[in-house]
Amino acid sequence: MTSRRVKFTYSPALITDPLIYELSHKFPIVTNIRRADVRDTVGWVVLELTGDDAAIDSGLAWVRSKGVRIDLVTGDVVEG
Amino acid sequence: MGFVKALHCRECGRQYPVEAANACDFCFGPLEVTYDYEAMGRVISRERIQKGPLSMWRYIDLLPVEGTEVNDLNTGFTPLVKSKRLGRYLGLNELYIKNDAVNPSYSFKDRVVSVASTKALEFGYDTLACASTGNLAGSVAAHAARAGMKAFIFVPADLEQGKMVGAAVYGPTLVAVKGNYDEVNRLCSELADTYHWAFVNINMRPYYAEGSKTLGYETAEQLGWRAPDHCIVPSASGSLFTKIYKGLHEFSKLGLIGSVKTQMHMAQAQGCAPIATAWINKLEVVKPVRPNTIAKSLAIGNPADGFYALKVIKDSEGSANIVHEDQIVEGIKMLAEMEGIFTETAGGVTISALAALARKGVIKKDDVTVVYVTGNGLKTQEAVVDLLRPLVIEPTVTAFQQALGGR
Repeated sequence: MTSRRVKFTYSPALITDPLIYELSHKFPIVTNIRRADVRDTVGWVVLELTGDDAAIDSGLAWVRSKGVRIDLVTGDVVEG
Repeated sequence: MGFVKALHCRECGRQYPVEAANACDFCFGPLEVTYDYEAMGRVISRERIQKGPLSMWRYIDLLPVEGTEVNDLNTGFTPLVKSKRLGRYLGLNELYIKNDAVNPSYSFKDRVVSVASTKALEFGYDTLACASTGNLAGSVAAHAARAGMKAFIFVPADLEQGKMVGAAVYGPTLVAVKGNYDEVNRLCSELADTYHWAFVNINMRPYYAEGSKTLGYETAEQLGWRAPDHCIVPSASGSLFTKIYKGLHEFSKLGLIGSVKTQMHMAQAQGCAPIATAWINKLEVVKPVRPNTIAKSLAIGNPADGFYALKVIKDSEGSANIVHEDQIVEGIKMLAEMEGIFTETAGGVTISALAALARKGVIKKDDVTVVYVTGNGLKTQEAVVDLLRPLVIEPTVTAFQQALGGR
């Protein structure tokens, strides 16, 4: 089991979709929301995902396929 | 003795002990160093600072270190040059250029890495690490060499050879990661959890970021102990931008300068402008972007301090400026041809933003204005290679005069 801290950024069209609910039902992943901000124009959710590495990878790939951007909670760590 | 009290979460305010950590366990918000300003104020004075070394470490009382043994390459106290020709060209009588391109590894990153590596040694680490595409890599490798630490530098495998050499020469373990930008990001974040290493901008980030405050301190001291009216700062993660502002306000809080009415102006390149885009569109949320700019040192698509940078713009009544990609080289040329300072592409962004602000009348002719040049042009020569058009001649006076034509 492993945990991963990620940030989902949604476009307005996706804000009303229950993606996190679906993520935890389609894949053996525990989702734990820590912070979120949802506006008319954009929304983001910071959450911790716990599960097997492979399950988390598959789950994140599915979320990405829905058009959600996935980033590290800490921001980009590769600097110029 | 240092004046650090604790780490605190910038989101929920929870306090944490002074250790190698960068995120709040509760809300995953970023951690920041807090100080005992009351105790600091009893000790610090202009005279005490002026008696210190001619480096960023003259401000040691305001930095998050405990002892006096610091890991320093003689970074900082870089020239604040009063502009002559560029200022005249832009109609600005009080324009100053803070030339941080002359630091030991030729960028402002030496400030943050000097603090991060000093703190890493205090914590007992023997290994320094980072993920970088340029300036940070060279600085981390150089500071590790100076301290006798091991260094691991992670770079994307397709990085240009010249940029790898700038880090490799100091003898680190250079790791070329086969993967796209997001994969390198993720790998390094995971490695920071796996290995007992000091990743300067991950688990050492709260301390690392504080090093940038010294640019604010130096600016105020070099201006004769006063804050400027305007600062124009290049932005990637947004950290430098917020910390210069913090530095000026700390000086004011400690009575070293008067009140701060500095307007903070951010400069980002068109190909990676998530913070400026949010500001211009009046959004409080910074939407990450996929970077595509020649200003590689500003190419952070998911800026960690974007939200806080927006707050600084608002609080200071400043602005955010997006510079078109084709204006970046113009900015580099302008600074080189008028002031004799060769900046990297990030500086081109900043100078072009300055020119736009002057043209729009945001900066008035007698406003004290400081523009920050944070990296050396020798690092991004490929951006200006088209300027190389020498007169090629036979070795005779006649050939020279013919080639000279009407010049």
